[in-house]
Amino acid sequence: MEILMAFVCGFLFMAAIYLILSRSLLRIIIGTGLLSHGAHLLILTMGSFKGSAPPVLSEGVTDYVDPVPQALILTAIVISFGVTAFFLVLAYRAYQELKTDDMTLMKGSEDHE
Amino acid sequence: MFQVLCIFIPILAALFMPFFFKKVRSIHTGWFVLIVPLFLVTFYATFVPLISKGETVIAQLDWIPSLGISFVSYLDGLSLLFSLLISGIGALVVLYSIYYLDRTVEQLHNFYIYLLMFMTAMLGVVQSDNMITLYLFWELTSISSFLLIGYWFNRDKSRFGALKSTIITVGGGMLMLGGFVLLSIMGETFSIRELIEQAPELATNDTFVIALILILLGAFTKSAQFPFYIWLPDAMEAPTPVSAYLHSATMVKAGIYLVARFTPIFALSEVWVWLVAGIGLLTLFWGSFFAVKQTDLKGILAFSTVSQLGLIMSLLGVSAIAYHVNGAQDTVFKYAAFAAIFHLINHATFKGSLFMIAGIVDHETGTRDIRKLGGLMGLMPISFTVALIGSFSMAGLPPFNGFLSKEMFLTAMLSVAEFDLFNFTTWGVLFPIIAWIASVFTFIYSFYFVFRTFTGKIKLEALPKKPHEAPVGMLISPVILASLVIAIFFIPNVIADTFVKPAVVAIQPFLYTNPEQVDIHVSAWHGFTPELFMTLGIIVVGLVLFMILAKWQKIYDAFPAKLTLNNLYDFIVYEFSDKWMNRLSKTYMTGSIRGYLSYMFTGIAIIVIGTLFIKDGFKVSFLGASPIRPSQVLLILVLVIGTITTVFAKSRITSIVALGAVGYTVSLFFVMFNAPDLALTQLVIETISVALFLLAFYHLPKFRKAEERTRFRFGRAFVSIAVGVMVTLVALSAHSQKYIESIAQYYKDTVYTLAGGGNIVNVILVDYRGFDTLFEITVLAIAGMAIYGMIKLRMSKKGGKL
Repeated sequence: MEILMAFVCGFLFMAAIYLILSRSLLRIIIGTGLLSHGAHLLILTMGSFKGSAPPVLSEGVTDYVDPVPQALILTAIVISFGVTAFFLVLAYRAYQELKTDDMTLMKGSEDHE
Repeated sequence: MFQVLCIFIPILAALFMPFFFKKVRSIHTGWFVLIVPLFLVTFYATFVPLISKGETVIAQLDWIPSLGISFVSYLDGLSLLFSLLISGIGALVVLYSIYYLDRTVEQLHNFYIYLLMFMTAMLGVVQSDNMITLYLFWELTSISSFLLIGYWFNRDKSRFGALKSTIITVGGGMLMLGGFVLLSIMGETFSIRELIEQAPELATNDTFVIALILILLGAFTKSAQFPFYIWLPDAMEAPTPVSAYLHSATMVKAGIYLVARFTPIFALSEVWVWLVAGIGLLTLFWGSFFAVKQTDLKGILAFSTVSQLGLIMSLLGVSAIAYHVNGAQDTVFKYAAFAAIFHLINHATFKGSLFMIAGIVDHETGTRDIRKLGGLMGLMPISFTVALIGSFSMAGLPPFNGFLSKEMFLTAMLSVAEFDLFNFTTWGVLFPIIAWIASVFTFIYSFYFVFRTFTGKIKLEALPKKPHEAPVGMLISPVILASLVIAIFFIPNVIADTFVKPAVVAIQPFLYTNPEQVDIHVSAWHGFTPELFMTLGIIVVGLVLFMILAKWQKIYDAFPAKLTLNNLYDFIVYEFSDKWMNRLSKTYMTGSIRGYLSYMFTGIAIIVIGTLFIKDGFKVSFLGASPIRPSQVLLILVLVIGTITTVFAKSRITSIVALGAVGYTVSLFFVMFNAPDLALTQLVIETISVALFLLAFYHLPKFRKAEERTRFRFGRAFVSIAVGVMVTLVALSAHSQKYIESIAQYYKDTVYTLAGGGNIVNVILVDYRGFDTLFEITVLAIAGMAIYGMIKLRMSKKGGKL
């Protein structure tokens, strides 16, 4: 399963990078969303899927999955959400002020010093 | 202690100069400055009896003892001679500048601060025994020289000259630092004295020659040797006292000093002998040849300085030969170092006076252009006499000191051909020949300088001012220097015994241990030797060529104007670094974020995949992998389809919804992989995210036509595939090669006993690793505030207020 997930993560990264390299700001943000999904799944996969019970203590169970990657991912999810939200509003404001969301046009003036 | 402090006296005195300039307006600030070099010259003069006996004095002030860096004042024959030159000529130059610079017009405090700063720097260079502090003072000379050349900073040419000299000398200084560091690594000390003691072992080191070349580059750039001499003529934009002081008598001799100081270490190397002697001789010829072409008085003197420095340098090169000759004390090789130091003293006297005369002519007539000058002899008799003495000495005529040192120079050059190591028997023949030709040109430009200015017809209408003799104060310094020129001719052996011989011992410790052993007696008449006939030849040929100067001066026009070293410099500094490098960086600094991201992703992918295969790190192992269940495969299919839809969706709403689908699938993955808290959070967050996207969606523009169907772009696809492959490869290798067990067992064991909780993930978040959570909360808070700020706070269009 881990082998298969490695390919899935690679695929998510590939799609994310493809979107990030596009011209539209919205697509770029969508790309970062995919990128964080890929990263989260990667962390989970690397922690391995050994164990059959969720990491919550219960009677007679010893075969818990590894809780550490889960704690890491939980933190990462919240942070990436904060950043994504900020980024979205930034894109919204940029469009309001600049009347464009085309990254190729947001280059600044030619001779900025 | 006090001896070390003396180095810093000028720069400390500089602190008070603005006060004197601003508060004591009625007295020229220069008078206050004059005290400093006068004191120093007296102080250093007290060491003369001691040093001339061959003893040395050393004082030390620790600066960074843990690194072995300290301020050292090491006085031996060589450094004492230089210290006396610096303070002595410094005093004369300050005196001259009092009359040269007008206290009502010029910003005198700036001038004297720079000058005093320079004096400290120069004293530090010649007295430092520690290479790091030597370098420190060395760069301080460059900086103060920069400030002095650019003194009239509202003139374009001053700024150009200042920049040029700084780029070249600081560049050389950096290389020299490299050489110092290499030497200190080889010898495990920064002290030059200690390095000299271990010179034979150093020479066996592989990096010895590299250190040698680096240090030579420093010396050559500072002392304006070929091809680095180009900054010196441009430095003539400085006020004339500065040119007289820095660019003839002291700073340009720092390189000479360095070569002399390091001769005991590097003389062992053939490269040193060839480079120093060869480059010196080339510079001698080149400078003298082009001096005749100049039309500016200071230009002539600048090229003449270049040429004379080359002469001294070549003598130092030849003096290193003495190391390789058995019983050199009894051969003619012994003359070289002696002649170098002797000529150094002589050059300082006559060149200083000539510069001051050029300044007087400029001051009194308003021009330095030799084509406008002429016939000033009757109007300025004293200046004429001084110029005559200086020029004749420069040309090497008796009864002036230049004659003596030129004779010894020719003796040393003639000796080179007899030397039978390093191919000198074949190429050595060239040495006296080039030296002779260069001397002829020296003769020509010396005459050219003095006779074009002071004889001939006077062109009153061409002169901006009505010429008259300079004030007495201005003439004092050049007259003192000129009388020294004559005095040294008549009492050469006094000078030799007191100053030259101790310096020779410092340069050639492998020959002598005591000044008394230096068995050289200077005499104006030494019989009918080859040198004498060479001098006669110089005078005859020089006179003839000077008479018919107008006829052959045209050959200078034959040199293509584009192929000069100045043009090369301009090309490197302006064309190459400014234009071409700019163009180069503009090719990749496009300002497009997509371009930059492509570079980054490609770079990361290449580095990671490359490392993986070079280090043979790739490995796939199915051991320890958990089994694949059909439901998981189904989920993966959904995820892949969702992702593809996100990427290729034609409208933004499809894209956003597909992203939401991907997010929910991820949360299903979390369910499947036994991560309930993750699944919950992911579900909630995905919902809010999608809501946010839809909110923004409402305000964002539609995907434009051009991007309705994302155009297939090969490069873009390639980069993303590369990154995808990279992630997969790394994930596979990482999973297949686990060496350390997870620390999870500890958490599992103690979650209840130590933390009193049941949900391990939650306990980790708030108990074991609570700090992560604290700052994650902070991130959210900051994001929230930033969003609020972005929406609420606006710069008003006009006022710029919030």
